[in-house]
Amino acid sequence: MATAAIELKNITKRFGSKVVANHNVSLSVYKGEILSLLGENGSGKTTLMNMISGIYFPDEGQIFINGEEVVIRSPKDAFRYKIGMIHQHFKLIDVFSAAQNVVLGLKEEEKFDIKSVSNRVKEISAQYGFDIDPDKKIYEMSVSEKQTVEIIKVLYRGADILILDEPTAVLTPQETQKLFAVLRRMRDSGKAIIIITHKLHEVLSLSDKVAVLRKGEYIGTVNTAETSESELTEMMVGKKISLNINRTEPKDPTNRLEVKNLNCVSAEGIKLLDNISFTARSGEILGIAGIAGSGQKELLESIAGLQPISSGNIIYHNPKTGTADELKGRSPLQIRELGVRLSFVPEDRLGMGLVGNMDIIDNMMLRSYRKGKTIFLEKKSPKDLAERIIRDLEVVTPSAQTPVRKLSGGNVQKVLVGREIAASPTVLMAAYPVRGLDINSSYAIYNLLNQQKENGVAVVFVGEDLDVLIELCDRILVISSGKVTGIVDGRKADKAEIGLMMTGANGGDSSDK
Amino acid sequence: MTNNEKHIKEPFMHITKRTDIKPYIAWLIRLIAIVAALIVSALVIVSITDYNPFEVYLKMIEGNFGSERKFFIMLQNTAMLLCVSLAVTPAFKMKFWNLGAEGQVLVGGLASAACMFYAKDSLPSWLLILIMLFASVLSGIIWGVLPAVFKAVWRTNESLFTLMMNYVAIQLVSFFIMVWVPNGSSVMGVINQKSENGWLPPVFGQKYGLNILIVAILTVVMYIYLHYSKQGYEISVVGESENTARYVGINVKKVIIRTMVISGAICGLTGFLLVSGTNHTVSKELAGGMGFTAIMVSWLAKFEPIMMIFTSMFIVFLQKGAGEIAMTLGLNESVSDILTGILIFFIIGSEFFINYKINFRSAQKEAE
Repeated sequence: MATAAIELKNITKRFGSKVVANHNVSLSVYKGEILSLLGENGSGKTTLMNMISGIYFPDEGQIFINGEEVVIRSPKDAFRYKIGMIHQHFKLIDVFSAAQNVVLGLKEEEKFDIKSVSNRVKEISAQYGFDIDPDKKIYEMSVSEKQTVEIIKVLYRGADILILDEPTAVLTPQETQKLFAVLRRMRDSGKAIIIITHKLHEVLSLSDKVAVLRKGEYIGTVNTAETSESELTEMMVGKKISLNINRTEPKDPTNRLEVKNLNCVSAEGIKLLDNISFTARSGEILGIAGIAGSGQKELLESIAGLQPISSGNIIYHNPKTGTADELKGRSPLQIRELGVRLSFVPEDRLGMGLVGNMDIIDNMMLRSYRKGKTIFLEKKSPKDLAERIIRDLEVVTPSAQTPVRKLSGGNVQKVLVGREIAASPTVLMAAYPVRGLDINSSYAIYNLLNQQKENGVAVVFVGEDLDVLIELCDRILVISSGKVTGIVDGRKADKAEIGLMMTGANGGDSSDK
Repeated sequence: MTNNEKHIKEPFMHITKRTDIKPYIAWLIRLIAIVAALIVSALVIVSITDYNPFEVYLKMIEGNFGSERKFFIMLQNTAMLLCVSLAVTPAFKMKFWNLGAEGQVLVGGLASAACMFYAKDSLPSWLLILIMLFASVLSGIIWGVLPAVFKAVWRTNESLFTLMMNYVAIQLVSFFIMVWVPNGSSVMGVINQKSENGWLPPVFGQKYGLNILIVAILTVVMYIYLHYSKQGYEISVVGESENTARYVGINVKKVIIRTMVISGAICGLTGFLLVSGTNHTVSKELAGGMGFTAIMVSWLAKFEPIMMIFTSMFIVFLQKGAGEIAMTLGLNESVSDILTGILIFFIIGSEFFINYKINFRSAQKEAE
């Protein structure tokens, strides 16, 4: 048998004395092969890959390239062994062109001739089927184009081993298909490819082999052809779980929140929200789909009173009093004083929803500390609430006095969602509530959202996984560059159709050409 | 191109963040730092002077505890430094970098001195003292709140703004001393020397008794304010994350301005205590760098008012001790500054070893 392009033997990496990010991991990838590295968030996938690309140094174990033991101490070493990593967060200079970014940091004797660089970029593009203009500036590019530049960057440097960290997280289904076609072509030309992901259907459609990590432990490698979605899940999670979301019929939906012709402009004069209109109804989950940065954040924040609105209306129908109140132009405090029970789980959990350095009790107090007439804090009821949430939502924490930043992502989210639900809201907005969560925690959150729906809450759910959106939501609002490009019924929705809407292909801007 | 260097070893050492550290280990590290600092200081003393290091250290202790008078001067200095530290703490907790405590204390002192100078003996002492207190606190507030308003409304940089306000305060003091002192001297004598009008009365037979008492009460009040009041909670939230504060409906501008009113007011109070209780006069050196030393006191204590009693006392101990060895042993003032510098360097440096751990290559192999 041929020697592996890259082989890891018994790699262990610890952070501090307690955290073992990787324990005794061994895997190998051959030329002309795509290996999926599968595992939940926090299972050590990225740490492992960072050791190959020279960002971390393993505490124990060996790395072999083409059968020879090597020591990779820096990204420079990794580059010498023809290893190229495409990170989840792009590392590009916005004001440079694609070609300039590609040669950035390369040391060569003579001056760069940007023309020949461009030609070489075009050659690489043609070889693997990329579609890129080498002279286009990065800031003019879409996310998928930026990713293409990153890939070309490592190919230009002659990489034979490519590592891609969650490359599809930011792509539409169509862009994902395009990327996969490119990766298959690279495999066929003899490159070894490792792709980090936690999306099972991608693993099955793309890779030749799957290596599974669970909590830093290496579980095993299987051939994709011989495995199934449920087997892989079991390897990932460690037990059998069913991956079905129980979607109930909406219970007598009435209009709760009406957004009419909402417009938002950034401080730089860029349109963030462009004439958005929709209605959120009680007892129903309204999904919001769109490519990252299409205005989801601004939309929710303008409803919550955190984002200045240039025009439009946000009308809240109060189920108690029966009045219709205008929320536009009101601060978060004024909205609450109006009797609007609006709960909001923001995307940035530790930067907005919670205070990382405060303990769970103090974080409970964020919503309730104003209660009481004295100038002093009342700590008893937040303490009770904290303990109740820890118990009911099974938050794993040493105590209620633990700073929330020390909790794992899933537990942080349980604390935040728990607090927001405890306010017994009539509208619950959640932005990417399962991002970074393991499968079990994700399903716990979906269940909580479903419970709220059954209690008659109008739930607005901003998600990134289309499969989940289609399974969970009653209706899905699709936005693209701050515009609504369609509202579809979750029960009849088609993934490809939503994908097209996300790129803005549908709807009012077909006149662009 | 691929010259495989097989003999590259793993890095000699690497640094990892400590996740949890037991309090006694943290204190042990600090203790080791102090011992190390004393050893290094001893080497410096031996190499540049003829004195026995132990003799020098003993003098430092004597400088602080040698007599009842020295002891009370030490307490008084500690109280004043602590008072300024209490003033900057709420601002720093809010991540508002108030570097203008020096100026805020100065204008507070100037206001008190002005009241004493113009009132002379025309008012009863208790009334004058109340007016002085009011004037000092008000001037401190004005000096503190100006940068806060600019920060809250126009997002200006508060560090530069507060820093510049110090120079304005210094020039103001120079100006008024020139106006007040007839013979063109730049030194203002003791005001109301004979009548002692506007002087804080002694308490428990101690001249500085009232100063110490007031600051002691203030320390407890500040502790309660920061930990148990709604406003203190708002300060923490704004300091940790302005976004979170906005998210829960805290008016960030209001909190910034309100907190700087408090910070400035306490600085003004310090100025009042220094003039009415301690010096009975004003000079450019009234605050004597306390506005900046207080920042160190506050940080070392991690913004905990009770801990600040100890950190301020420690700093004053070093200063007094340094002064003592300069005076009695005839050592150059710079030598004592060097010693103070070494101690503080080691103590601040020890925080690195509390937060991080250094793993050496050989140590790791042994661990396997």
